[in-house]
Amino acid sequence: MIGPAHLLPKTWFGWALVALGFGILAVAPYFVTSFYVGLMTTAMIAGMLALSLQLLVGGAGLVSLGHGAFYGLAAYVVYFLSPEGAPQPIWITLPLAMAASGLAALLIGAISLRTKGFFFLMVTLAFGQLVYSIFHDTKLGGGTDGAYLARPLISAFGFTFEPSSLPRSKRSWPAYYVALVQLAAMFAVLAFLLRSMFGRALEGIRVNESRMRALGFNTYAFKLAAFTIAGTLAGAAGHMWAMQSGFVNPELAGWHRSAEALLHILLGGIGTLAGPIVGAFAFIFLNDFAQQITERKLLVEGAVILAAVLVMRNGIMGLRWPWAPPEADPDASEQQGDGIVRQARETVHD
Amino acid sequence: MLAQLLNGLQYGLLLFLVASGLTLIFGVMGIINLAHGSLFMLGAYLAFLLTKATGSLWLALPAGLVGGIALGCLLERALFRHFAKREHLDQVMLTFALILLAEELRWFIAGNDFHAVPIPPMLDFSVPVTAGFSYSAYRFAVIGICLVLALAMFLWIERTRIGAAVRAAAENPEIVDILGLDARRIHLMVFALGTALAIVAGMLAAPLTSVYPGMGDGLLIISFVVVVIGGLGSIVGAFWSALLVGLVDTLGKAYGPAFQGTGPIGTTVAALAGSAVYLLMIAVLLWRPTGLFGQRT
Amino acid sequence: MTDTGPPVLQTIGLSKSFGGLAAVRNVSLTLAQGELHAVIGPNGAGKSTLVNLLSGATVASAGQILLDDHDITRRPEHARARLGLARSFQRTNILPSLTVLENVRLATQAVAIAPRRSLTSPKRAAELVERAVAALVRAGLPHGHGRIAGTLAHGQQRQLEIAMALAAQPKVLLLDEPLAGMGPEEGERVSALLRSIAAEHAVLLIEHDMDFVFAVADRLTVLVEGAVLATGHPEDVRRNAEVQAAYLGGHA
Repeated sequence: MIGPAHLLPKTWFGWALVALGFGILAVAPYFVTSFYVGLMTTAMIAGMLALSLQLLVGGAGLVSLGHGAFYGLAAYVVYFLSPEGAPQPIWITLPLAMAASGLAALLIGAISLRTKGFFFLMVTLAFGQLVYSIFHDTKLGGGTDGAYLARPLISAFGFTFEPSSLPRSKRSWPAYYVALVQLAAMFAVLAFLLRSMFGRALEGIRVNESRMRALGFNTYAFKLAAFTIAGTLAGAAGHMWAMQSGFVNPELAGWHRSAEALLHILLGGIGTLAGPIVGAFAFIFLNDFAQQITERKLLVEGAVILAAVLVMRNGIMGLRWPWAPPEADPDASEQQGDGIVRQARETVHD
Repeated sequence: MLAQLLNGLQYGLLLFLVASGLTLIFGVMGIINLAHGSLFMLGAYLAFLLTKATGSLWLALPAGLVGGIALGCLLERALFRHFAKREHLDQVMLTFALILLAEELRWFIAGNDFHAVPIPPMLDFSVPVTAGFSYSAYRFAVIGICLVLALAMFLWIERTRIGAAVRAAAENPEIVDILGLDARRIHLMVFALGTALAIVAGMLAAPLTSVYPGMGDGLLIISFVVVVIGGLGSIVGAFWSALLVGLVDTLGKAYGPAFQGTGPIGTTVAALAGSAVYLLMIAVLLWRPTGLFGQRT
Repeated sequence: MTDTGPPVLQTIGLSKSFGGLAAVRNVSLTLAQGELHAVIGPNGAGKSTLVNLLSGATVASAGQILLDDHDITRRPEHARARLGLARSFQRTNILPSLTVLENVRLATQAVAIAPRRSLTSPKRAAELVERAVAALVRAGLPHGHGRIAGTLAHGQQRQLEIAMALAAQPKVLLLDEPLAGMGPEEGERVSALLRSIAAEHAVLLIEHDMDFVFAVADRLTVLVEGAVLATGHPEDVRRNAEVQAAYLGGHA
C-alpha cells in the first residue's frame, strides 16, 4: 500500500471529526458572546498562519523562524492600500496582499533554501528581522508604533456589506465568517496539495532529502514551491489580521511571532494538518483564561511551551484519544497492502 | 569617525565573547540555545545589582565569572544535556521558553524600568587620543579586557590538549568517542565557559547600555548572525566575524540616517542601514553557505 | 554477454581531489550496452568516490562523463537520474518511515512525472504503482509492500534499494557494493538476483566479493589509489602480474 498522506486524517472517522470541527465553528457565534466571537476570530487567524507554516514544517521538514515576515508584510500591504479613512474592497486587498507575500517568499526562499538545517533556521530568522527592521526603523508604516488602517470592505459585484447595518452585538460576526471561510479554504487547499504527488515528494524530502535528489527529484525546486505557497497563504492570514484588528505594527513580522506560530504547531501536534489549528485555539484560549488569573503573560507562555515540548511529545492531537485507530500491525498491513496492489493492477488493466 | 571605529571595535569584541560561547555550544554539543542572550541580560542585571550593593563593578566582575561558570555547570547538568538529543525545532522552542521565563525572573527581581549602571569611578574619564579627540577610558578598558580574554581563549584552543580536544569535537562531534575522550566533561566545560563569557560580557556592557527589559533579544539575533557568518564551531571565525559585524552595525547605524531624505536611493539606504548586518549575513551565505570559516557539507 | 556498439556510459580522464588529496586520478573507462563492468580495488582506492562522481553526488575536479554521448559532467545529480542513471548505495539509503511500495513509487515518480505535473493524486497515476510493483517483484520482494520500509530485514532492505534503482527503468545501473553486510544465505539470493538483472541492463558494479565478481563480470577494472591499474576481460586482468602483486594476492 502506498500509505495514507502523512498529515491527513487516516480514517473516514478522522475526516468526520474535521468536518465536525468546522461545523462547530460555523454555528458557534450563535451560542457565545461577542467577545468570544472576536477571540475565536483571532484564534482562526493564528490558525491560518500556523497552518501555512505546517506545509513547511510538517510537510517538508523545513523549520523556518521567519514566517512572520510574510504575515506582517501582507498586513502592511493592506495598510498601504487601505489607509485610515480610505477603505478598499476585499477583492482588491486580499489578492494583492497575498501576491506581495508570495513574491517575497519566492525571493527569500530562493536564497534561504540554498542553506540547510541550522543555517536555514538562521537565514530565515535574519530575513524576518530584515522585514521587521524595515517597518520598525523607517517611517514607511508609522515606525515603531505601527499605524491604523481602514478595514477592507466586504463587497462583490457592486454590492457592499455595511458593518453598521448589524446590531452592535453582531458587529464581530462578518470578520469571523470571512476568517472561517478562508481557514476552511486553506485547509482544503493544503489537503489537496498533500494528497497529490507534489505532497508525496515533499514528504520524501522530509524523510531523506539526499536520497530524493539521487532518485531524480529537483529538491530545491520542490522546496521553493512549498516555501512560496506557504508564504502566500501566510499573506492571507496577515490580511485577515489587518481586517479584524484595524491596525499594523512591526511586531507582526518579528521572530517572536514566528516562534509563536511554531509553538501552535507543536502544541497542536506536528503530525497532523488539523494540529496547528487546534494548537492555536488551545494557546489563545489558555492565554485568555490565564490572564484572568495573573498578569504574567510570559510565564504562562513559557510554561505552556515547556509542557508542549517535554510532556506532550506529539501535541494535543497526538494524545491517546479513545477514538484513535490502534497501532498498525505490520503483518496485517502486509496482507492489506497486497489487496490494494491487486486492486490497483485491476484498475489499470480495465 | 575614529570614535565610531573604536565603538565598533568595542561592540565587536563584546559580541565575540557572546558568540564564541554560542558557536562552541552548537559546534560541540549540537544545541541551538536561543536563551544565550538572556545570559547576557543576566550578567548586566547582576552588574547593576552588585554595583548597587557593593558600590564597585570590580568586585562584581570576578563574582560574575565564577557565578557564570557555576550556573553554566548547573544548567548543563539539569537541562541542556537532555536537549542535545532533541530535534532543532524542540531546542528552538525549549530555549525560547527559557527566554520568556528569564524575562519573568528579571521582572520579579528588578522590575520593568531602565536602570543606569555607573561607570567605575576609577575609569570615569576621557583619554586623549589625538588633538581634539578623546575617548572614554572605560571603553578602552572594555576593549582591553575583551582582547585579553580573546587571547586567552585562542591560546587555550590552540595550545592546550583540552583545547585541541574541544576544537576536534567542534569540527566533528563523533570524533570524541573515537578518540576516547570524555564527551561529558568536554560538554560541561564548553557550556560553563560559554555561559561565563556571556555573563561577563553583560557585566562589562551594563555601564554602557544601561539595563532594561528585552536587552538580551537584540544581542541574541546579532550573535547568531556572527556565528553564521563566522562558521559553526570556529573560534577564529567567531572573532573576525564579530569584529566585522560590530563595525558594520555601528557604522551603519551611525552614518545611515545621514542619507535620509537625499532622494529615494538615499532614503532606502538609510532604511536598510540599521539592518546592514542581515544583508551582510545574506551576502556571506550566498558566497559560502556554511560561513566564512565553516566546513563540512 | 557484451554488445558491441557505442558505449552507453563513458568517462574520460575523470579526476577528483579533496584539498590536497587526489581521490580519483585520470580514470577513463567505458560501459557498453548490456555489459556488466565491475570495478574492484583495495579499501580507499576511490571506488565510492568514483560512483559518487558518476551519479553526480560529487562534482568532478577534471575530466568528462558521457551518457549516450551526452556530456553530463556539469549536470546535477537529479538531472542525471532523469537521464537514465540509477544507483544503489553501499550503506542502505532508503526512506525508512515510508512503506515499501511508496519508496519505489517515489523512484518511478522521480523520472516519470515532470515536476509541474505533480498535482494529481498518486492513485490517479496508477501506472506508477504498476511499475513500482513490477520492480519490487523483479527485485525479489513480491509481498509485504504495505510494510514500513525501516522494519525490513537488512537483506530485504538491500533488495529494496535494487528495486528503487530498477523502477526508474534506467539506461545504466550503478551498484555500490550491493552485497555489503550480507550473510551467506542472503548473499546467495541477492547474487542470483544481480546475475539475472545484469543480463538485461548495463551495470557498473563495485564489489569486494571476488567469487561473485569473476562469475558475473564481462569486464573488470582494477582501481588502486584512485588510478586505473588494469582493465579488460576478467581472466586477462587476473593474470596481470601487476594486479596480482598489488591486489589479488593468492587468487591466481
